[in-house]
Amino acid sequence: MKKSSTPPKNKKKTVLSKKRREQNRREFIRSVALTAGVVTASVAGLLPIAQGSSNRLRPPGALKQLSDEQELFAACIKCGQCVQVCPVNAIKLADMDEGVGIGVPYIDAREQACDFSCDGLQCVLACPTGALTHDLDYPADTRMGFARLDKPRKCLAVQGKGFKGQARGSEYKGLLRYDEIDRWNPIPVADHPYDVEVCDLCVRQCPIEIRIAQCEEKEREKATSKKHIKLARVAEQHGNECPPKHAIEMQEMENRDGVKRLVPAVLDGCVGCGVCEMICPVEGSPAIVIDIDKVTDWS
Amino acid sequence: MNYIKESLSQVFGNKPSRPNKENQPDALKEIYQGKKGKLSKADVEAVRHEHVNTCCNKWQRRRWLTLISVNLLFVVSFAFDVQLLEGAMTASRFVGFHFADLNSALQVMLAYKHVVLNLVIGTTTVFIMWLLLGGRTFCSWVCPYHLLAEWAEYLHLWLVKKKIVTNHTFHRKTRSVFYVIFALLALISGYTVFETISPTGILSRALIYGPGVALVWVGVLLLFEVFYSRRAWCKYVCPIGVTYAVVGIASPVRVSYNAENCHHEGDCRKICEVPHVLDLTIRGAAYDVNQDVSADCTRCGMCVDVCPTDSLNFKIKGLDKFH
Repeated sequence: MKKSSTPPKNKKKTVLSKKRREQNRREFIRSVALTAGVVTASVAGLLPIAQGSSNRLRPPGALKQLSDEQELFAACIKCGQCVQVCPVNAIKLADMDEGVGIGVPYIDAREQACDFSCDGLQCVLACPTGALTHDLDYPADTRMGFARLDKPRKCLAVQGKGFKGQARGSEYKGLLRYDEIDRWNPIPVADHPYDVEVCDLCVRQCPIEIRIAQCEEKEREKATSKKHIKLARVAEQHGNECPPKHAIEMQEMENRDGVKRLVPAVLDGCVGCGVCEMICPVEGSPAIVIDIDKVTDWS
Repeated sequence: MNYIKESLSQVFGNKPSRPNKENQPDALKEIYQGKKGKLSKADVEAVRHEHVNTCCNKWQRRRWLTLISVNLLFVVSFAFDVQLLEGAMTASRFVGFHFADLNSALQVMLAYKHVVLNLVIGTTTVFIMWLLLGGRTFCSWVCPYHLLAEWAEYLHLWLVKKKIVTNHTFHRKTRSVFYVIFALLALISGYTVFETISPTGILSRALIYGPGVALVWVGVLLLFEVFYSRRAWCKYVCPIGVTYAVVGIASPVRVSYNAENCHHEGDCRKICEVPHVLDLTIRGAAYDVNQDVSADCTRCGMCVDVCPTDSLNFKIKGLDKFH
């Protein structure tokens, strides 16, 4: 029991009036109820985890093992520094419907994929707590998910079709970095229309494939160059900057009618960045998607 | 009276301690005696009236300006990609320097059980900053929820005046219970459970990155404070306030009380968010003629503004009083 508020404090225990005691009792019960209520509200945040409904595609380096995102949620301080540094604004922060996942970054690939146009995993560098781990160096090291041809019958290449026009329509706001147009800044996908005989946009725009092609070009230049180019030792050691494995390629297959068609086939080097899902011109649900409960076996 | 012990005791939820009459210095006793019967109600009322007509919201204006500016800086930095101040209230970088909210950092450390260097830097920087500026100064000068809660408080007080609602108090030790529970929840569950419901983080993020469903929760808290219990979140729940209060115990920035001219009419206690820290303004309750208000004080300056006898002032321990 609290002492009444009449001064001064002395050793004799003051007797409280009945009214005072009643007030104190009510206050105590209210306090217990408040504690129970607020704690329940906060613990309710664990429900989406228990239901498994909070799983999402996460930025590169996110501390997760497939569907287990506990470490990511624990380490993330919900500051959004990763959001700010992404040049294509691929990263968004989750809302309260994700419970303890509130404020934790995720990527909606169909709306805006990560295309590594930051040239250096800026989100990873920005994270102050290591929720996006610094334990990786290059895009090829990331394990965000794994692509899959979810709707082969909708795939234009499988149907033998080409594609001409804006990949996602004129209203689409997504960005992509096209090296040949602007090395440093991503541009709206709507500003880069395509005209291909057999649709291969997912392979053509795969950031891993693009990087591999750039590395191979550099190798060719080195081999055919008449001059002896002395590279600094650091540049020589950057061999592993080139992705070691291919991520996706067009493969020949025979369909039911015996007609040869090209099909996009996902390979070991896929990191799940989502550009293929974003650029797939199929209207509505894309033919190719990123699975978040799977990553490549290769390491 | 030991300032550190008294501050810790009040932060924990105990009533402020009262001195033994024998231990009060003579000078103080004389001051109290001298006022016995000298202050008629009319006199006190006259002084109050004059003050209210000439006084100001000086500190409140400065405080609101600072609070809005800080939060606006976050918003503008993100909206225009200025990269001067990146992040949100829970963790940020200002011109490259890491800042991490102490309570959020604690939640992360307890849940994740690893600390990276950048987080150590951010936490240390913020710790030193609030150590110098006054611990709970964060609450009234920076926290975005505090501003909304102040507006809700005006509404609540107006409704109470109209006898439409009654205020319901809770036990102040409830805040300490919450502190332990939130810490244990993070440690045991491995998730930053408190951050799910923290209105500070929710509001800061909503301002910068856009509104969301989480604002409904903030609305619920504000409605609770308007219709049921004045400033309930800050007074009885928020662990952020506890963390910063403890840091502020060693801070040189304090509100200081001088008993000489005080009328003991209690205007300060009426507007204070944490009125227990001003119990020393009750006649007979101070330990000395000059006494510092405990570290549970949010340094909001409302008491400084409202006091009709200039008995409460900000001071920087070591420098002269100023106001």
